[in-house]
Amino acid sequence: MSKPIQITTKPGSSKEYKTGSWRTSRPVFKHDTCNDCRICVIVCPDSCVSGGDFKYDADLDFCKGCGICAHECPVDDIDMVLEVK
Amino acid sequence: MTESTKTKKQKPPVEESLLTCGHRACAGCGEALGAKLVMDAAGPNTIVATSTGCLEVFSTAFPQTAWRMPWIHSLFENSAAVAAGIEAALRNKGKHDINVIAQGGDGGTADIGLGCLSGLLERNQNVLYVCYDNEAYMNTGVQRSGLTPYNARTSTSPSGTESFGNQHQKKNLLGICAAHNIPYAATATVAYPQDLMMKVKKALKIPGAKFLQVHVPCPLGWIHKSELTIEVAKLAVSTGLFPIVEMQYNKVTRTRKIGKDRRPVEDYLKLQGRFKHLFTDTAKDELEKVRQIAQANIEYFGLE
Amino acid sequence: MKMMIEGSMGVAYMVMRCRPNVIAAYPITPQTHIVEDLSQFKADGELSGEFINVESEFGAASVVLGAQAAGARAYSATTSQGLLLMGEVLFNMAGMRLPVVITVANRAISAPISIWNDHSDAMVMRDSGWIMLFAEDNQEAADMHPQAYKIGENPEIMLPVMINMDGFILTHAVETVDIPSQKEVDEFLPPYKPEEYLNVENPLTFGNLAEPQWYMETRYKLQETQEDAKALIEKIADEYKGKFGRYHGGLIDTYRMDDAERVFVAMGSIIGTLKDVVDDLRARGEKVGILKIRSFRPFPKEKIREVCGHVKELLVLEKAISFGLGGVLQEELRSTFYGQKHQPKVLGFVLGLGGRDIPPKSLIKLYEVSKGKEISNEFVDLRPEVAPKGSLVTL
Repeated sequence: MSKPIQITTKPGSSKEYKTGSWRTSRPVFKHDTCNDCRICVIVCPDSCVSGGDFKYDADLDFCKGCGICAHECPVDDIDMVLEVK
Repeated sequence: MTESTKTKKQKPPVEESLLTCGHRACAGCGEALGAKLVMDAAGPNTIVATSTGCLEVFSTAFPQTAWRMPWIHSLFENSAAVAAGIEAALRNKGKHDINVIAQGGDGGTADIGLGCLSGLLERNQNVLYVCYDNEAYMNTGVQRSGLTPYNARTSTSPSGTESFGNQHQKKNLLGICAAHNIPYAATATVAYPQDLMMKVKKALKIPGAKFLQVHVPCPLGWIHKSELTIEVAKLAVSTGLFPIVEMQYNKVTRTRKIGKDRRPVEDYLKLQGRFKHLFTDTAKDELEKVRQIAQANIEYFGLE
Repeated sequence: MKMMIEGSMGVAYMVMRCRPNVIAAYPITPQTHIVEDLSQFKADGELSGEFINVESEFGAASVVLGAQAAGARAYSATTSQGLLLMGEVLFNMAGMRLPVVITVANRAISAPISIWNDHSDAMVMRDSGWIMLFAEDNQEAADMHPQAYKIGENPEIMLPVMINMDGFILTHAVETVDIPSQKEVDEFLPPYKPEEYLNVENPLTFGNLAEPQWYMETRYKLQETQEDAKALIEKIADEYKGKFGRYHGGLIDTYRMDDAERVFVAMGSIIGTLKDVVDDLRARGEKVGILKIRSFRPFPKEKIREVCGHVKELLVLEKAISFGLGGVLQEELRSTFYGQKHQPKVLGFVLGLGGRDIPPKSLIKLYEVSKGKEISNEFVDLRPEVAPKGSLVTL
């Protein structure tokens, strides 16, 4: 007899799967006019923007470049630039 | 930067989101954003049952998962019943302090899963049901659902010489749920994350069955630019096409007024390829019908 | 304690003794008495589990799935159309390795609608991954429940178990049933403590998407576990005998088979009728016996071969048919012996569909007239105006 196959998965293990390569454009956090409102953190569908104290960045291992953070930033402190490799 | 704006900053409830990165949703996915906000509002002391659909597929490809809370997917149409079983199990074991959330898309909720949802609401079990409404069966390739709006083009309600897209009205899901006389039924949207999170927290404090319909744009299915997810969602509200309301025991208790922010429906429709066919000379009457739907919503809920 | 009660009530008592945390059910004839009795136990404060009234059998199965995934012991009962409506969830439970137990009060399938007994409902679920047991009488049906939980919940099995009992014939028949005390059942059946369940302390994900590089392994493991369950089903039947003094067979049971040349093969309540028939035939000098299939899934090929070493003919009597093939049980017996050194002839009969009576005289007649014949899918006791020419036994 052998154990049934474990068809459960460990919490948050998706971080092993990098989605950054999907990106065609990249957010550049300018850290210039940031007002620490955290909207970029809140609106990221990929939960990949983090930071604090007027300094936020996207984790480019995961950022798919949707551009919501840049579009919603109330102080225009995030630019979207074309990803060139 | 003044001190006063600094003190107003909004802290997220948890450091790492409970729906974490590495999931495979499309760029700009409104459903991923909606689910992230719901989970973070609910907190880690929550068990979640999810219907089949994009949300389940993009987050749980074995051997990985993007969820950081106990989470189960069984079938397309049964997340409400699975959650009911979880709630009953917790109740029987005396674990009364754990939240139970059932969730699904618009098809899994308003169409195929409506029976199980009705059962859950009728029994008034202590579960919050969240419907992420992106207005079509997106996971299978944008087919129409009971929550697809009138005149929207989908892959099974295409526009053509004889049709302007979906010819049925969007089902009044909030009304159906509220009619079960449950203690709380509401709509929310990713356009207003604070409001959405507040409603989740509020609902979880109320014993009994709760229902929350969250409007979540789908850039792929609605055919809009991925950065416009929130802008499109805001326009759905300000045009009157997606009213934001709260109901308790089948009575409207609170609404988000549109007032002077009201925008013509065209502003919302024009951003989306699924309504492109409405901007031709022959479609004038159909556009007018969409205006009438918005007007009826605004009058019914008193949103002006 | 011995009680003169309905089969349904015997099951209800034993289910209660198994201490399920959650029961969910939807009414359908002839399952209703089981869940009505359980509801009454709950209303009287005897049953500590939750009883959830649902909107459909699909909902019932889904509720017990959720409960079991949350670490609870769960139970449901259904039949016929209800079992079919549960079908999608049943496959899901097996795939998720959730050891739910359900009782099926076997009934025919519509159309035409029939509320009476046969095994068509269960046969539809034969590929679902569930362990499927068939009870011969009300005592066995009751006794199967603690056994079923103990089989399914074994950490190396973790499969749901379906207990089949013939609708009306057993569920509504009043017989003496010995119901063990709560203490005795507790000693036999420990509480359900799964290694993994929905738990905020260890927040695992259940029900993942399996892409092509993973799905097949889950199927392999289901098949492997079904094979593994064979030994456990036998072991637990023996254990039950040691504890309660009752044995109804393991994977199979036999009756007067020691020197039997012709052997009836069947499942469920017809075994009782056959015992009388065999006694009569034996009294006339016939070397005849009975092979009772108690576990239909896993299908006990090895065990059947083992007890049929001397048997010349198997007369398979089945209450179901796979249209376009024929009787499932007879085909499975033929495959059991295919390529083996000893190959008894397999004669196949279909009978009792939709509650058609199975009188002993018909069984004796088919025994007599089938001697020396090759028979497959022979319908027994058809009306003469429908029966084909050359039918062996008609009404």
